[in-house]
This record gives sequence, C-alpha cells and structure tokens, in this order.
Amino acid sequence: MAEFLQFFFSGLTVGAVYALVALGFTLIYNASDIINFAQGEFVMLGGMTTVFLAATGMPVPLAALVAVIATIAVGLALHRFAIEPARGASAVALIMITIGASIFLRGAAQVVFDKRFHSLPPLLGAEPIRVAGAAILPQSLVVLAGAAVIVVLLWWLLDRTLLGKAVIATSANRLAARLVGINTRSIVGFSFAVSAAIGAVAGILVTPITLTSYDVGTLLALKGFAAAMLGGIGSAVGAVAGGLILGMLEAFSAGYVSSKYKDAVAFLVILAVLFAMPNGLFGRGHIERV
Amino acid sequence: MTAWKRLVTASVIGVAMLAAGQNASAQVKIGAVLSVTGPASFLGDPEKRTLELYVDEINAKGGVNGQKLQLIVYDDGGDANNARTFATRLVEDDKVVAMVGGTTTGTTLAMIPVFEDAQIPFISLGGGIQIIEPVRKWVFKTPHTDKMACEKIFADLKRRQLTTIAMISGTEAFGKSMRDQCAAVAPKTGITIAHEETYGPRDSDMTPQLTNIRNKAGVQAVVNPGFGQGPAIVTRNYHQLAIAVPLYQSHGVASKQFIELAGQAADGVRLPAAALLVPDKLDDKDPQKPVVVNYSRTYHQKTGQAVSTFGGHAYDGLMILTQAMERAKGADKAKLRDEIEKTKGFVGTGGVVNMSPTDHMGLDLSAFRMLEIKNGDWTLVPETGS
Repeated sequence: MAEFLQFFFSGLTVGAVYALVALGFTLIYNASDIINFAQGEFVMLGGMTTVFLAATGMPVPLAALVAVIATIAVGLALHRFAIEPARGASAVALIMITIGASIFLRGAAQVVFDKRFHSLPPLLGAEPIRVAGAAILPQSLVVLAGAAVIVVLLWWLLDRTLLGKAVIATSANRLAARLVGINTRSIVGFSFAVSAAIGAVAGILVTPITLTSYDVGTLLALKGFAAAMLGGIGSAVGAVAGGLILGMLEAFSAGYVSSKYKDAVAFLVILAVLFAMPNGLFGRGHIERV
Repeated sequence: MTAWKRLVTASVIGVAMLAAGQNASAQVKIGAVLSVTGPASFLGDPEKRTLELYVDEINAKGGVNGQKLQLIVYDDGGDANNARTFATRLVEDDKVVAMVGGTTTGTTLAMIPVFEDAQIPFISLGGGIQIIEPVRKWVFKTPHTDKMACEKIFADLKRRQLTTIAMISGTEAFGKSMRDQCAAVAPKTGITIAHEETYGPRDSDMTPQLTNIRNKAGVQAVVNPGFGQGPAIVTRNYHQLAIAVPLYQSHGVASKQFIELAGQAADGVRLPAAALLVPDKLDDKDPQKPVVVNYSRTYHQKTGQAVSTFGGHAYDGLMILTQAMERAKGADKAKLRDEIEKTKGFVGTGGVVNMSPTDHMGLDLSAFRMLEIKNGDWTLVPETGS
C-alpha cells in the first residue's frame, strides 16, 4: 500500500508539471488554431530568468515577476515579428514558424544565460510530507495548486469576459469576427502574451522539481503537448486531466512494469485513446460555436 | 606609378613569405581536432584553451629541443564525420608530427584509422575504453575510463563490507556505458547487483524506481551511473524517501554544481573523482598535489574560468607528448611513438601515468580519489582501513 501511494505521489508530481505546461498550449490554440511549439521555451525562459535575476541578489518573488514580464515581452515579440508578418499563411506554416522560434530561443538562451543546470528554492521548504510510508514534496502540491488557479482564471477569461468571447469568436471565424468589429490581430497577440505568462509561471513553479537549463523546454513541451492532445487540445480542464493521466501512467508503469518501458507504455495508452477518441478526452468536435 | 606600387607590394609579400617559410621549418607541428562547439563543448572548450595556453608557455621558454611548437586546432563541433575530415587535413595538408585531441570517444574512433594509416602518434582525450582496448600501435589516451570508476566504487564498498547493491542508471550515453562497465566488472570484484532500474535523461521524478529499490530485500548500497541533472534528482528523491543505505554517484557529476543542485540531500553521498577537483584537500605528501595546484592556478588566472578535469586531460596529453619529444631528441614519428609508450612515472592532473606496450593509458585506481559530501563540501575518504 505504501508503494502504491508513493507511485501515486510520483504521478501527481510529474503529472502536475505536465499539466501546467499543457495549459500553455490551450489559449493560443483557441485564438488561432496554432500549436505553439515554442511554448516549452516560455517555460524555460520563466525558470532561467528567475534563476539569473535571483543570483544577482534580487529577491525571488520580484525576480519571478520580472521573469514573467520578460517572457510576456518575448511572447509578444514572437507574435509581432514572426507570426503576424505571415498572417495569410496556413496553420501548418505558422506551426513551423513556432518550431523555428523555439530553436532560436534555445540558442539565444545558451548565449545569454549558460549551458549549466540550475535550481530554485522550493516555495514551502524542502522537507517531504510523509503519509502512510510514502513521501511527497510540498512543491508538488504548489504546482498542482498553480495549475488549478490557472484553469479557473482561463475559464473565467473565456466564459465570463467579453475579451474571452472575442478570443473564441476569432478562433471560430476570423472574417466574421472582424466584421463584427473585433481586432483579431490584437486578440491573437493577446493570446500569445497570456500563453507566455502561463509558460513563465509554469517554469518558475516546476524548476524546484525538474531543475532547469537552456534546453529544458524541448522535452517539457513534448510531454505537455502529448498531455494536451490526450485531454483534448483547447480545453483547459482537458490539459490538466491529460497531464495528470500521463504522469500517473509513467509513474505506475515505472513502478509496476519496468522503468525501461515507462515512456513506451505512456505513449501507447495515448495512441489507443486517440484512436478511439480523436478529439481527446475533453475535446470538442468540429462544431462551430456562435 | 602603379607598376612601381605593384613591384613593392610583390616584394613585400615575397619577403614575408620567405620569413614565414623559414619560421615554419624551425617549428614542430602538433595537431588537435576538438569539439570546441556543439553538445560536447563543455569538454572541448577547456581542452582548446589548455592546449593554447601551454603551447604558448612552452614556446616562451624556448620550445622543445630548441624547436618552437605550432599548434593547429580544428573544431569538429562534436561530429564524427567532421572529425575524420579534419584528421585527414592534419595528416595530408598540415603534415603534423603528432596529434593531441579527439574530445569524445565517438570522434576519436572515427579518426583512429587516419592516424594508424599515416603512422602518426595520436593521444586521445576521449573517455571510452574502446580507444585503447584492443591496443593500437599509434593510439594512446589520457582520461581514466568508466570501468575504473566502477572498480573504485566497488573497492570502497568492499572496504565497508557491503557486497549486494542496486543500480539506477540514466539512459543517456554516459549512464549506459558506465552501467555496462559496472555490470561487467561486478562479478570479478565479488559484488552482486540485486536489482536494476533506469530513468530517462530528462525525467523529473525517480521515486517509483527508488521505491522498488527500497523494497528489494538485501540491498546494501545503491550506485547511480549518470550524467547531467538526473543524478541530482535521484539524490533528492533518495533523501525524500529516507532510504538508509549509502548512495554512490559517479565521476560524471563530480562538480560543485551537483552539490548545489542536490542541496542538503547530497550529504553522505560518495563518488570517485580526479584529484584535480580537490587540489586544496590533497595531502601535502600527495605526488599529484604540485601539478594539480599549479595547473588549476594557471588555468584560472589565464582564462578566468574554474578548472575542469577535461582541460586537465589535454594538459596531460601535451606534457606526455613534449616529454617524449625531449627523450626522442627530435620529432621523428616512430621514435616519438616509442617514447610515448615508454612514459613512466609521469605525474599528471589525471594521475600517475605508467604506459607499457599493453597499456596505452597507464593509469591505475589511485588516479581516482573517493570523496564524500559533508556539509555541502567534498571530503576525502581515507583509503586505508575502513
């Protein structure tokens, strides 16, 4: 029983990280149908900027705030200088642009920061909480709480504000949205800014667990993307559910099957789910929203 | 007017070329193909800086046998194909008399045929045991091997009378290679590996694997071959699960950075490491102390960076080569090779080197020190008694 609980805690820790990264994909996708493969680099920028500012003696909360603002600036720049000039292009071409941007950001981080690994002090101390023979770090719960807060904020933004309605309208039909007076260009830019902020917050919260380096974004984005697909891309609840399920799958297959095949097991299950439900667990089909 | 100008220019160039030609004839050319950029740049960059630094120093003192050294460095970017191309260029165009370099095992193995065919001595800086096993006539290497790290760990286990271990290894190249070497030497040293787990190089939680190790009866110690941030997370999770048996890390994480990342959890962790990491901790009677202190001071002063063992390997390679040149009283390639093979009692940053026709590395287990982390710093584990 103690080991079951430990595997569960491990799944929760890893799953919370994936969920937080997966959330970053939802808003840009909702506004523009683009899957932003530079999302992992937003996560990296959040973590690395905080680490380097904190190293100069700046208090960590202030460093985190500056890091989020800096990442938003990078997100806006990405939209303004890479996505916006190609606005007539197909979604596939835009996705390729984000892949290019991700490689560029990784290279730039290597020069601006360094190539070493870094960590941040956990928010609520490093002493594990022990329950019935299993142990979990308080930071895992912080990450989970962070994901929950972001889900609520996203829901409020998309379902309760005019701005959110404008985002959904832009996604449904850009021409129609423009005809009713929505500035679709700023809406897509806004979605990049918010996604960058979500990525940066994720990076700051997960760094005490995963550690960070200039290239941490690639794999986190891959796992986060898999989680988002599993949950149904575009759905915030789906992103969190997908992340947690992916984390649980990895932890339990590492514990009960073999650590050698844990990634294989996880991806097999994702494939199976997507065969049966191509839109993911919480995904909406191609129903036009009005 | 223009004709006059052209004549002047031509004669100036001619004189310059003559001077350059004369200069070149009094120089001994040494080649180096290093991975200065790319994924292995943290190895190749200090190697390049070290070679340039010490070649300049040797030349300032008048060179070797009265001849100046000329170092020719190419950057292969970590790519084995590039390495081979540059090796061919060193042999055919630059006509070097010897080669120090080959940053990784991969680039070295790609270059070996070139130097074996051309019969030019080749001192590699790659870690893999495949470079010198089987022994190749013209190929030598300075870094210690993963196998030695395993043997060092196992020797320490025996001293503590621990014989049954579990291994949790990273699946990246370093972790894999060291895991295989450890599994191969374990039976010979009387160590039983009771359980094995692995983790991916980017995994962020290893508690399931460690839980299984904890639940395995009879495990007396855990060994973690790995590189990068994985071992730091293993160490944290190990602390989180409050596993009581000793944890051993590898030389792959022997840096201050590991202590920073693992934090408090690193207390009590043991690992094998080169003397270069702990110059000020060494005993004054330690034969390596003067070399190690000197190299780390010089490197730090000239480059402003902290020393790494990788630059140390390049230092050792260059010094073994120049001392062999002195003994050979010239730069004849065959004589040079014979003298490199006769290197005895050379004290380098990596250890005391005693080469022989069957051993082209010449290091023994004393090259490694067993370290234990206490209060966020290294301490030397005494190697006699328990």
